[in-house]
Amino acid sequence: MHQHLLRQAQDDKGQESVAAPAAKLGRAIVVTSGKGGVGKTTTTANLGTALAARGARVALIDADVGLRNLDIVLGLESRVKYHVLDVLEDKVSLDEALVPDKHSPTLVLLAAAQSREKDEVDTEKMRALVQGLRERYDYVLIDCPAGIELGFKNAVVGADEAIVVCTPEVSAVRDVDRVVGLLGNRFKPQLIINRLRPQLVKKGKMLSVEDVNAILRLPLLGVIADEPEIIITTNKGEPLALRHDSETASAYHAIAARIAGEDVPAPSPELKESFIDKLGSLFGGKRA
Amino acid sequence: MAGRRIVVTSGKGGVGKTTTTANLGAALAKRGSRVILVDADIGLRNLDLVLGLEKRIVFDLVEVAEGRCQLRQALIKDKRFESLSILPAAQTRDKDAITESQFEALIAQAAQNADYVLIDCPAGIEGGFRNAVAGAKEAIVVTTPEVSAIRDADRVVGKLNDRALPMRLIVNRLRPEMVRSGDMLSVEDVCEILAIELLGIVPDDAEVIDTTNRGEPIVLDPTAKLGGIYDKIARRLEGEMVPFTTFDSQGFFGKLFGSLKAG
Amino acid sequence: MIEWVKKVFGAPTSSSTAKERLRLVLMTDHLALAPEIIENMKRDLVDVISRYVEVDRDKVEVNFEREDRALAMLANIPIVSVNRPSPPPEPAKPAPTASHSGPPPRRRRRKKPPTQNPAAAH
Repeated sequence: MHQHLLRQAQDDKGQESVAAPAAKLGRAIVVTSGKGGVGKTTTTANLGTALAARGARVALIDADVGLRNLDIVLGLESRVKYHVLDVLEDKVSLDEALVPDKHSPTLVLLAAAQSREKDEVDTEKMRALVQGLRERYDYVLIDCPAGIELGFKNAVVGADEAIVVCTPEVSAVRDVDRVVGLLGNRFKPQLIINRLRPQLVKKGKMLSVEDVNAILRLPLLGVIADEPEIIITTNKGEPLALRHDSETASAYHAIAARIAGEDVPAPSPELKESFIDKLGSLFGGKRA
Repeated sequence: MAGRRIVVTSGKGGVGKTTTTANLGAALAKRGSRVILVDADIGLRNLDLVLGLEKRIVFDLVEVAEGRCQLRQALIKDKRFESLSILPAAQTRDKDAITESQFEALIAQAAQNADYVLIDCPAGIEGGFRNAVAGAKEAIVVTTPEVSAIRDADRVVGKLNDRALPMRLIVNRLRPEMVRSGDMLSVEDVCEILAIELLGIVPDDAEVIDTTNRGEPIVLDPTAKLGGIYDKIARRLEGEMVPFTTFDSQGFFGKLFGSLKAG
Repeated sequence: MIEWVKKVFGAPTSSSTAKERLRLVLMTDHLALAPEIIENMKRDLVDVISRYVEVDRDKVEVNFEREDRALAMLANIPIVSVNRPSPPPEPAKPAPTASHSGPPPRRRRRKKPPTQNPAAAH
């Protein structure tokens, strides 16, 4: 299968994303959380969009076999013809399965299979698939399913970095803690805190960023405030990161910049509260 | 007569299964039923946390299934209610620590001593889901009025149909103002798409986060709007015909004037 | 006020877009989940078409295609041969009476192939 992918990469003509086989191996990042519904898919879609906006070649993989949603969040659901299992089972080539994004020219999607089960995915083949994509793309983002079962294991297998997404709620924090334990020593996961509601934090009705940080003690990649606009953009299939008038969009762009190694000090476009300055100190410098 | 065995499921994570299980269970217990809540999310347990009972866990359901303790030793009685107990999940085990038939036997046993056994199902449709459903005779499907949640709920409805489980729908986290402005699917839209009987409509309420933090189900607060809603759902579950509170405008004229009012 | 006007006069809301997208995506999901339905549809289609023309059953293909607002089924059914058309069955004649006889039944005539340019025959 690996041979097959290499051959594809060499045979390609005219595909924007493959000028020449990448000299440097791209980064494969799994986006996970344990708890469902905290924003993994939304984060994968928006982060992918933000990275592509910086000119990077980005491949997104939906690893949620049977419950795919990355396609619908990107608005690509009508363009998906083939999925990961079709590629892993050699029914089609990777190029036939990769769907170019509607909005971002250097972004592609590899959709999950909707009518199959997670235990039909061969872990080793999945690893090889991700490896193959890393040779052609600067970033491979893997949208991990909820939970810690086989779906999680298959999503993690090809990745060399991990982002954990957490909302400031006790169940979510507890699940992230468990997941970080399961990720083991191979990863140094970075944290995104999603759906923060600063007014509730002020009233003491929601955990603060410091609270979450104190429990999890993970390098903080970004903080995103809760915005109803996210629901609207999912309705339409147009990731929020495409817009320039949204704090959440700016947050994703800031996170993309940090991932790319830039020193983005304080997330002031992301939140309009006075504890922004405190947050500044929580953000580290360049990543490895 | 053995109690009813109901799985609370959704497909998509984070739509409110655990919150629903906890509050519906509490509402039923408040009305005098004997209720056992079972956390089927092995490895990612949260039902205990949501009810504030996490410090009282001694045994978990895997240990019961393995015969290392009796069911009654593992059940934690919630002191705030006359007749509410929970059976916590194991935290450091895997979902394959228990088989479908073991789970089924466990639930059957629990149902001998309760009027209602509510099973809090994990997200997804993998082994954990299959176990949870194996123990049930009925299902409550929880969804939010959002595209991904509905799509996943549809998949789950298909799987439950395969097992011929009667099911009903709870639409959670509705935001009536967003429905009015056309930015969120309405309850009617959701019901039309999923085509299963509606059990309840729960509006989005920031208070729920706070109650989860404190481990106090919202039904304990007599002033909370949501408390009344879970009570209505409990009554419907018991077979009473309780009208739904209209949160969003119906029909063309309703939409017209509704949106004028919202401004 | 403008929002109201927009809604009444047709600019689509994001919720109506969502509903439409969901409707189509669920159709596709349901079809993907029921390959036996597709097989049955294929078989029934071929049976019906075979009443009129002879088809190559082994090469029949049925696909579903999504455009932005619709799902369409595309069937590719190779036709092996078309039977010579036979005249339509004659309507039952009333008992003949001396005074009335209808026009003789029309016969279909085979079209003559063009003869001007034999070189261009193929």
